[in-house]
Amino acid sequence: MKRSKRRYLLLQFDADGTLSQREFIDAVWGSITRLYGESGASSTNLSLINYNEERKSALIRISLNALQSVRASLALITRIADKKASVHVIRISGTIKSLEEKTKQ
Amino acid sequence: MPREWVVAMKRVFADLHLQLNPKDTLSISRTVAKSASFGYHLIAVPLPVDFRAEEKEKLAKICNNVEVDFVSRVDLRAKSRDQLVSQLRKLRRKYEIICVSCDSKEIARQAAKDRRVDLLNFPSVDYKRRFLDRAEAELICSSLAAWEIDAKPLFLLEGPARIRFISTIRREVSVAKDFRIPIVLSSGITDDSLLRKPGEMAALAELLGLDEVTALEAVSTAPVSIVKRNREKLGSGFVAPGIEIIKEGNDC
Repeated sequence: MKRSKRRYLLLQFDADGTLSQREFIDAVWGSITRLYGESGASSTNLSLINYNEERKSALIRISLNALQSVRASLALITRIADKKASVHVIRISGTIKSLEEKTKQ
Repeated sequence: MPREWVVAMKRVFADLHLQLNPKDTLSISRTVAKSASFGYHLIAVPLPVDFRAEEKEKLAKICNNVEVDFVSRVDLRAKSRDQLVSQLRKLRRKYEIICVSCDSKEIARQAAKDRRVDLLNFPSVDYKRRFLDRAEAELICSSLAAWEIDAKPLFLLEGPARIRFISTIRREVSVAKDFRIPIVLSSGITDDSLLRKPGEMAALAELLGLDEVTALEAVSTAPVSIVKRNREKLGSGFVAPGIEIIKEGNDC
């Protein structure tokens, strides 16, 4: 079976105060599920690779086919754990290595 | 490759509807700075009809400081067709963008056929007052107007209200596609925390039923071409589309 293509997304979030990893990923899953339902959410193959609470950044991996759906869902996040928040995509890449290189540039 | 070419080839992104108080310069400078960091090159703030030229220049200066182009825009809310026509006559040459809020069918129809109108905006969540049907679309496609969608309700609505909003917009997008009406996606935000990057706005446009290319155009080419066309028209040498006075005098 051919392996499905993936994309790595470097995210940055603005929020009043700090957010735990659990609060962040729950908000991401919540937004995707509200917009596309459980079936749509399952096809994103989303997984959290890295989370940095201090730098307010996260690295997630998703299926390429779900890229625009995930981007739309992330854009619609306005609150996380009852705090005003927004999530922005900083970089998108096919591999973690190239993502790091692009970020360094 | 020369650097200027790279800059020229780069897509220019615009947000033509930042619903901010034009007198609150602090909030405007904060939002404009954020827009610039997000990659927007062109922004518009709806101004009151009697807004002074000096204040307009002040806003333009704030935007220029962060290398963002400021576009003057006015939102018209007329009660009758005659009032709309008279407002258009009075304001067309004072503002770069004229948007008509179509609160009634009469206004929607007049705005759709008037070539002085740039953008048509329909009340976001009042579904009885959304008049973008096939008759309206036919009128729009023969004029120069574009349809403006505000993304703000997507951020603020939840549950069934958001479902209804998305389904209504998708239905209207399919009508607009049939008649090839240009679509402009604006944020319509009142608070800078709701500002999103152009790529994210394009993803939201895809959610609303636009295809990948049209979605990107809705935040770049479509709004930019309206501004470009109007600036050309408002220029001193403009005669007709494609005809411009370059030099005047006896030595011509």
